[in-house]
Amino acid sequence: MKGFSFRRFLAVLHKETLEMRRDKATIGLTVMLPLIQLFLFGYALNANPRHLPTGVLAAEESRYTRDLEAALNNTGYFDLRRFTSEQQADNALKRGEVLFVVNIPPGFTRDVDTGQHPSILMDADATDPTAIAQASAAVNALNGTAFQRDLPVALQNLAMSVPFQVMVHARYNPEAITALNVVPALIGVILSFSTVVITALSMTREREAGTMENLLSMPVRPLEVMMGKIMPYVGLGYVQVFLILAVAVAVFGVPVHGSIPLLLAVLGLFIACNLALGFTFSTIARTQMQAQQMAQFVLLPSMMLSGFIYPFAGMPLWARVIGEMLPLTHIIRICRGILLKGNGFADIAADVWPMAVFAAIATGVAVYSYRETLD
Amino acid sequence: MSALAIDVHGLCKKFGRRQVVSGLDLQVPEGEICGFLGGNGSGKTTTIRMLCGLLKPDAGGGTCLGLDVITQSAEIRLQVGYMTQRFSFYGELTVEENLDFVARLYQLPNRTKVVADTMERMELANRADQFARDLSGGWKQRMALAACVMHRPKLLLLDEPTAGVDAKARREFWDLINDMAADGMTVLVSTHYMDEAERCKRVVYLSGGKLIVQGTAEDVVRDAKLIVFELTGDGIDKISKKLRGTPGVESATIFGQALRVVGLDRAALEGSIGAQGKQPGIVTEEVPARLDDVFIHFLHDRKVA
Repeated sequence: MKGFSFRRFLAVLHKETLEMRRDKATIGLTVMLPLIQLFLFGYALNANPRHLPTGVLAAEESRYTRDLEAALNNTGYFDLRRFTSEQQADNALKRGEVLFVVNIPPGFTRDVDTGQHPSILMDADATDPTAIAQASAAVNALNGTAFQRDLPVALQNLAMSVPFQVMVHARYNPEAITALNVVPALIGVILSFSTVVITALSMTREREAGTMENLLSMPVRPLEVMMGKIMPYVGLGYVQVFLILAVAVAVFGVPVHGSIPLLLAVLGLFIACNLALGFTFSTIARTQMQAQQMAQFVLLPSMMLSGFIYPFAGMPLWARVIGEMLPLTHIIRICRGILLKGNGFADIAADVWPMAVFAAIATGVAVYSYRETLD
Repeated sequence: MSALAIDVHGLCKKFGRRQVVSGLDLQVPEGEICGFLGGNGSGKTTTIRMLCGLLKPDAGGGTCLGLDVITQSAEIRLQVGYMTQRFSFYGELTVEENLDFVARLYQLPNRTKVVADTMERMELANRADQFARDLSGGWKQRMALAACVMHRPKLLLLDEPTAGVDAKARREFWDLINDMAADGMTVLVSTHYMDEAERCKRVVYLSGGKLIVQGTAEDVVRDAKLIVFELTGDGIDKISKKLRGTPGVESATIFGQALRVVGLDRAALEGSIGAQGKQPGIVTEEVPARLDDVFIHFLHDRKVA
């Protein structure tokens, strides 16, 4: 019994291998998880997003405005659409429908022609500084060349002259502090991790402990079990919310421009989404290990495709479609929107209903897959 | 005969390809203690689970307390107490908290009193604040029994309730079960212990998912028509070895001081014993068959078949 016995080590190794080989679900996930993640993240993620939705508010129409739009389009960074009123443009920026609004001021054409170097104001949604960084840089580069063809001959000859200047106005996070972008989003990320995993284990734990058989033999309905098991974690989730919010404001200096009660209410819906999802895993998985792997299967893509780490707008359409289905995507927008932009309910409604649908479907699936027998 | 608490016919259950229960008929009159016997894997647990609605039978059906086992399993659950083979309460809760949880699921009126009374009756009162995981085997069983009788079920299904429990705790456990049966509760209890089987008014013997015999203990013993000789004296260990496999001898087993030799064919049995057991100091005597002789006989039958 002394020292290290190679044969005893081999015995343990062999037994462990046998066990591993018989756990088909784990093997499946071990192979599928990296493949899916590789393709998903490899093709979807992009730190230099192009084709960002951009609104144009033009006070007048002229060859210069058309030149400017064409030039912006040619950079590849902007997908332009027209707005007719400042109100409309402002709302779109708030709701994240556009990341930029280009304001072409009245008298722009005249000022260019007379060589007065008029300014174009470009409002940028700086809640995600990385999303707009490259695009903002591209705008400053197009100055000299954009109007070359249409400029009066007199001005064309002034080789070094700049016909207009662009002022990028980074709104909501003017100093482009990364923490202001990350911390509000972290509320959603942290909540996902804690709540999904805990509830994913809730039923499998009963199954592994053998208490499930007893529970099933007693007069209690699936929805009662589910609600009863989930509710304590809603409370736990809110404790985390308060903690994160307190630290976010006190330590990271995250501003609170919107309504905290609104934020809390919406976070409740988000917590419900996660708990219902976790509970679904819990009813499907046979062991706690499987439940945890399933949780991972959703949590990692959530992190990557929700706009938490990489700009949402930079992903290809299919990845954005997946992203739109994840509750985390919506709660991140809502948290950033309420805290940084001061969004009200009307501004976040577009992100609230997808979560409500998700919660309803997840609850339905969970109740459906809850077995009242041991079959 | 009084009404039947359990009356099922042709129950079948398959797990994958394995037929665990096939064509089982079972009748248990109200108010009786029925011993559910059979080797490991004979389908006892599966049958009990089908009776209380935890498993859906593939075929067959019938009634439990007059309720359909397939369509009315929810109603059956309200009137049945099921004690699982494996301890299945919450280790992190105390005895009282576990019982209280169960009482709430059954929505018992005067819950606090019912729980307190149950703990009193089961002598669990001074362990009320102990965590369930810290209880010894015998007390765990007692707590589990308390939990499944609290709602005063009409039928109690006990799946090997005394497995791994010491003799004293087993006896006390059976006294409790007897008291409850005396109050009119029907009890179906699976067990491997013959002394427990003999305490049952009626026994049911399963083997390979089929019912082999059911009836009162006396009937079962009488109908088997077994002949048993008991040999005592020095050297019975050697004789038992020689006797096994000789004509007419189904089993030759030593119980303490005596060698029990069992068979169906009197002539062959006497011949074999005469050949091997005629030794000085060995006394041979015919004795009545017991329940365990009968069950070993059934196992022997299956092997031969």
